[in-house]
Amino acid sequence: MNIIKHKYIFLSFSALLIVAAIVSISFFDLKQGIDFTGGTLWQIRFLGDQVSDDRVGEVLGKDLKINEFAVNTNISDNSFLVRLKEVQEAEHQEYLKMLKEKLGDLEELSFESMGAAVGQELRGKAIWAFVLVLLTISLYIAFAFRKVSRPVSSWKYGLITLLTLFHDALIPVGLLAYLGYAQGVEVGVNFVVAILVVMGFSVHDTIVVFDRIRENLKLERSANFNFADLVDKSIKQTFARSINTSLTLVLVLLALYFWGAAALSYFTLIILAGVLVGTYSSIFVASPMLVMWAKK
Amino acid sequence: MRRKYILLLIFIIVISALGAIFIYPKTFDERYGFRSWRLGLDLVGGSHLVYQVDLSNVADTDRGSVMNGLRDVIEKRVNLFGVSEPQVFVSQAGGNHRLIIELAGVKDISTAIKEIGSTPFLTFAEVEEMTNEKNERGLQFNPTDLNGRYVTGAQLIFDSITGKPQVNIAFNDEGAKIFEQLTLKNLKKPIAIFLDNQLIEMPIVQEKISGGRAQITGGFSLQEARQLVERFNAGALPAPIQLISQQTIGASLGADSLKKTIIAGLIGALLVMFFMVLYYQFYGLAASLALIIYVFLTLSVFKLMGITMTLAGIAGFILSIGMAVDANVLIFERRKEEIRKGLSGLVALEEAFSRAWPSIRDSNITTMITSVVLYYFTTGFVRGFALTLLLGVILSMFSAITVTRTILRGFVGTGIRNKE
Repeated sequence: MNIIKHKYIFLSFSALLIVAAIVSISFFDLKQGIDFTGGTLWQIRFLGDQVSDDRVGEVLGKDLKINEFAVNTNISDNSFLVRLKEVQEAEHQEYLKMLKEKLGDLEELSFESMGAAVGQELRGKAIWAFVLVLLTISLYIAFAFRKVSRPVSSWKYGLITLLTLFHDALIPVGLLAYLGYAQGVEVGVNFVVAILVVMGFSVHDTIVVFDRIRENLKLERSANFNFADLVDKSIKQTFARSINTSLTLVLVLLALYFWGAAALSYFTLIILAGVLVGTYSSIFVASPMLVMWAKK
Repeated sequence: MRRKYILLLIFIIVISALGAIFIYPKTFDERYGFRSWRLGLDLVGGSHLVYQVDLSNVADTDRGSVMNGLRDVIEKRVNLFGVSEPQVFVSQAGGNHRLIIELAGVKDISTAIKEIGSTPFLTFAEVEEMTNEKNERGLQFNPTDLNGRYVTGAQLIFDSITGKPQVNIAFNDEGAKIFEQLTLKNLKKPIAIFLDNQLIEMPIVQEKISGGRAQITGGFSLQEARQLVERFNAGALPAPIQLISQQTIGASLGADSLKKTIIAGLIGALLVMFFMVLYYQFYGLAASLALIIYVFLTLSVFKLMGITMTLAGIAGFILSIGMAVDANVLIFERRKEEIRKGLSGLVALEEAFSRAWPSIRDSNITTMITSVVLYYFTTGFVRGFALTLLLGVILSMFSAITVTRTILRGFVGTGIRNKE
C-alpha cells in the first residue's frame, strides 16, 4: 500500500479526528478539577452500616448548612466522594465531627482542599509547560535535522513536528472532554502530565521516519528523484520499528490500566490514547505533510 | 576477545544481583542494615501542606533570610510532633513566597495544622494618645520594626514578690539594638505588645533597656505563660502564614495502590519481555536480560539516592520500562537490514549499533526535555513522576546499548547464531 499516494485519505481522517476533538472540547467543556478551580475533594468511607449518599447529602445540606456540595458514590470500594468549596481546617474538623455523629464512624481516605488562587496559578503553569514542551521539541528536531536541506528545509521538519505534536495532544484532550461529560472525569495536574508525556513519546516515531528519510536523501544520487517515493520507501522500511517501539509501551500501559491502582486508570488511558494517535500521526500524517510541503 | 565480554557480563550480572538484594524491601533491610525505601505521602499516608507567606512588611533584601528563618522555625515546630522525617521547603512562585510542609504518617493531621498555624506572631508598637474628629481621646498604635523575627527565646519565671508567672523574652543582637532605641525613644511611655494582632500588654518603659531582654508580666495564668514560652522557644514566626492548600491521603488508600501498581509493573515488564523474545528470538532474549538488569540497577539507584517513591514516581518508572527496550528494537531491526545487505553476523550487529544511535539519541533527548519541563512544572506527589522518568530514560540508554551489546558480543559468532 503506497501511503503517500493515499495521503489525502489519511490526512482527511486526521482532520476529522481533530474536528471531533474540537467539537468535543467546545461542546462538553473540560471539566476542571480542584487543582485548577480550587475547592475541596473529600473521600470518606463509613465503617458501620450502609449509608446512602442521600443521607450524606442531607447532613451536609441541612445539618451543616453547606450551600454548594456534591456527593458521588464509588461502588467498588463503598466510599463517597464529596465535593465542596475550599474549606479551612477548622471547618473540616467541624464537618467531620457532625458526619460521625449523625452517620456513624468513618474513615477519611483522603482530603484535599485548595484555594482558588493556587488553582489559577497552576492553570497558567500548565499552559506554559505545554507551550514550552511543544516549542523545545520542535526546535530540537529542526536542529537535529539541520544538515538536511533539499527538497525540504530543516526548519520545516521542526514545523511539521510541531503541528503533529499539537494534533497528538489535541485528540486525547478531546477524549478527555468527552470522558468529563460521560463519566465525570475531572482534569487535574495528572492529565496535564499525561498530555505532556504523550508529546514526549509521540515524537519518537516521527524521529525514526525522519531519520530514515534523511539517510535515504544522503544516498540519493540522481538530481531529479521522486521525493514522494523516497518518503514512501522510508516509511515502509521503518514501519516495523515504529509499530514495535509503540507496542512495547502500549503493553506496559495496558498492564497499568488493568492491574494498576485505580487512581491512575484515567491517567493511563489518556496516555494510551495519545500513544496510539502519536504512532498513527508519525506514519500517516507527518510524512505526507513533508511531501506536500516539498511540492510547494 | 569474546571472553572479555563474557567477563564483563558476569560482572554486570553480579552487580545487578547485589542490587536485587539491596532493593528487596524490609527483610533484607533489617538483616543488613540498609536504609529502607522512602515512600511518598500518597503511599504511606500523610499530608502535603502549602502555606502562603505574607512578606509585605519585609524589605526585598531581607526576604531570603526571613523565609529561611521561617523554614527553620516551622521545622522545629513540626519536629515536636515526633513525625519521622518531616520536610519543610521554601518555594517561590511568581511574586508569591510559599512554605511547603510534608508530614508523613502523622496520625492527627488536624492537630498538626493547628500547631503549625498557631505559632505566635509578635509585634511591638509605639503608643500615641490622640483625639479624633469627634473629640474623643483614644490610642493610636504606630507599628515599629521590632517583631517576633528578632526573638531568640523565652523563659518562664516567677515574680519574686508576687509569685505570678512572667515571660522573659530574649532578642538577638539586631533586635536588641532596635529594642534599645525603642525604649530610649519611649521612656516613661507605654509600648504596646501584640500577639497575633491582639494586644496583650502595654508596659511602661522605665528605663533604656540595652541587654536585649524584655519582660512581659500581664496577667497570665500559669498555663498561658507556659504555652507562650513554649511557642516562643520553638520560634516566633518572622512573618504571618496562611494555609492555602492541603492534600491529605489516608494510609489505607496508599497501601492498596502500592501493591496493585507494583503487580502491574511486573506484568507489564513480563509482557514486554515475552514480546521481545517472540519477535526477535535470541536477540530478544538478550534484550530481556538487559531489561531485568535495567530494573534492578535503576531501582538500586533510586534507593541509594534516597528518592522518595510516590505513586506517580512508580508510574514513571514503569513507563520507562516500556521505553527501555525501544533502543533495542531500533538496533535489531537495523541489524536485519544490514544482514539483508550482505554483512555477516558480527559486523551487521556492530553496524546496527552505530547506525541506530542517532534515532536513539534523539528519542531519548525529547523524552528528557519533557521530563525536565515536567519536573519544574509539578510539585508535591506528582513531581516524582518526572524524576523517575528522567532517571529511567538515562539509565535505560545504558542498559539497552551497553549491556545488550556486551551480552551479544559475548555470544554472537559462537557459531550457533552466525547464520541469522
